[in-house]
Amino acid sequence: MRVEHATHSSRIGIAIIAIALVVFALAPFWGDRQTLRLLAEIFTFVALASLWNLLAGYAGLVSVGQQAFVGLGGYLLFALVIILDVHPIWAILIAGPVAAVVAVPVAALIFRLRGAYFAIGTWVVAEVFRLLASQISVLGGGSGISLPASAVIAMAPSRQAREFETYWLALGLTIIVLATIVVLLRSRHGLALTAIRDNETAAQSSGVGVIRIKFYVYVLVAFGTSMIGALIFLMKLRISPDTAFSVNDWTAFVIFITVIGGIGRIEGPIIGTIVFFMLRQTLADLGSLYLLMMGAVAIVVMLWAPKGLWGLIAERFGWQALPLQRYLVLTPKTEEAGRKP
Amino acid sequence: MGWTNVILQGVLIGGLYAMFAAGLSLIFGVMRLVNIAHGDLIVLAAYVALMVTQTLGIDPLTSLLLVTPVMALIGYALQRGLLNRTLGDDLLPPLLVTFGLSIIIQNGLLELFTADSRKLQAGAIEIQTFQLLQGVWVGLLPLIQFVVAVAVIAGLQTLFYRTALGRAFRATSDDQAVAQLMGLDTRHVFAMAMALSLAIIAIAGVFLAVRANFDPSIGPARLIFGFEAVIIGGLGSMWGTLAGGVILGVSQAIGAQIDPGWQLLAGHIVFLVILAVRPQGLFPKVSG
Repeated sequence: MRVEHATHSSRIGIAIIAIALVVFALAPFWGDRQTLRLLAEIFTFVALASLWNLLAGYAGLVSVGQQAFVGLGGYLLFALVIILDVHPIWAILIAGPVAAVVAVPVAALIFRLRGAYFAIGTWVVAEVFRLLASQISVLGGGSGISLPASAVIAMAPSRQAREFETYWLALGLTIIVLATIVVLLRSRHGLALTAIRDNETAAQSSGVGVIRIKFYVYVLVAFGTSMIGALIFLMKLRISPDTAFSVNDWTAFVIFITVIGGIGRIEGPIIGTIVFFMLRQTLADLGSLYLLMMGAVAIVVMLWAPKGLWGLIAERFGWQALPLQRYLVLTPKTEEAGRKP
Repeated sequence: MGWTNVILQGVLIGGLYAMFAAGLSLIFGVMRLVNIAHGDLIVLAAYVALMVTQTLGIDPLTSLLLVTPVMALIGYALQRGLLNRTLGDDLLPPLLVTFGLSIIIQNGLLELFTADSRKLQAGAIEIQTFQLLQGVWVGLLPLIQFVVAVAVIAGLQTLFYRTALGRAFRATSDDQAVAQLMGLDTRHVFAMAMALSLAIIAIAGVFLAVRANFDPSIGPARLIFGFEAVIIGGLGSMWGTLAGGVILGVSQAIGAQIDPGWQLLAGHIVFLVILAVRPQGLFPKVSG
């Protein structure tokens, strides 16, 4: 007997993903400036939503304070570039591990809050980060600061080369985030995480170290979220405490994307982001009404289709886009071994 | 005398925070629901009061006679129509639904009332002060607010331990299934708890709106103050919640005195320190 991950649908899924990756990687040669910018923004939201999905959907850590790490990443980028004169791309790479180090004591503190109060605890942490950021006068205090032109020019001489560079950076980072999540879920720890997702008590009694795994996931997600945050603010070229630690942009949208797409499934955030951006391109003029509608749609999905759009598809057709599920396959050899006694 | 005044102002503001916290604590106690829209409902109550005072031409404190039942009705309907569906073993639905509700209320208010700051005018009592001790002055309105907060907490305590409804609350809180077997309609009990929570929210919202400017975006911060007061005081203890509110109010007042930028930060830091050294809160009663 052996365990298999792949199914027919996941082989098709892999093929589609491979083609999409080639198309996206070549986007600078077929897309105009607007398209590249939109695609890069979509990638960052796929990454943020996938990370939140890992945190809330799999590890059961419902955070409404991930803007803490998006903002931390953004501020680390600006601090490293402005104060220490680090190259922006290095700054993005450094932002990840630094945020992970920050996440350790944060987790130690807020893991004391049980269940739902944990969610508000994460929000308090984000507020503390925001208030601290507005105290740093070197980085513009409460009103924010722009990335110095010299640092931007240091990335690449021409504007076009710079735009290509940030685009590929966004694509690359998002692929790394998604690949890490897939590898994690296929590993031993992924099995434990899936068990926690399905039933925490049962997972615990089967010998899964629930608290330890949750802690690792929290730190890992902080690592990734912070790097994406740094990238987002490299694209924006300007940061302020209110934009960096915005609960609407980095938590509300991300949660709605994940819930609508399908929480607790790796495909969910991708589907959710596509739906979100299609709606946004058509309804963006509505302003606050758009957020209101997103909130209402998320509530309806949560109550009547809790597994989201992808959950509906996956259950109806038994599809999976990536080989993550585990199937037992009986091989002839073990069947014989089974017959012997 | 400067510091005495600062601390006194902090204590009085703490009463308001205790009212933010009491409604939150009540529904968590009865149905283990953490209402992320709590702060936005406080702001909603402030806008309801704004409409009532403007259309009827009455003062804000009188408007409570109307605002409180309106909010209680909204609470009952919200629980029966929406939130009861989210309750169960899974943490996600109640959190995400109340989070969605928070976004809906915020943006709905933004559409209806714009982002402009508003304030309720309470007339003469707003500026009346009297001398408590030599050199220590107290505003009449903050004092009324604190007395009302104490009355709300005392009222809740009495309701919980002296009335049939309170018994139903405690029974459902202890064991929902058994309460149901004893003939309690838990859907109704939960809806009554939410109605009561929103009645307290109405009082808190009106005092908030009289004391300072408000706009649709300030809800989440009120949720956080209420939450911090609950955790500082200890889960399940009503008088602890009042103490938690006072500690938070005093910390903020002292922080603001040192540096205006440190007002909110000081409150959060005291909360985090208490979480680190005494995670069960100062006066815990039940473990959550």
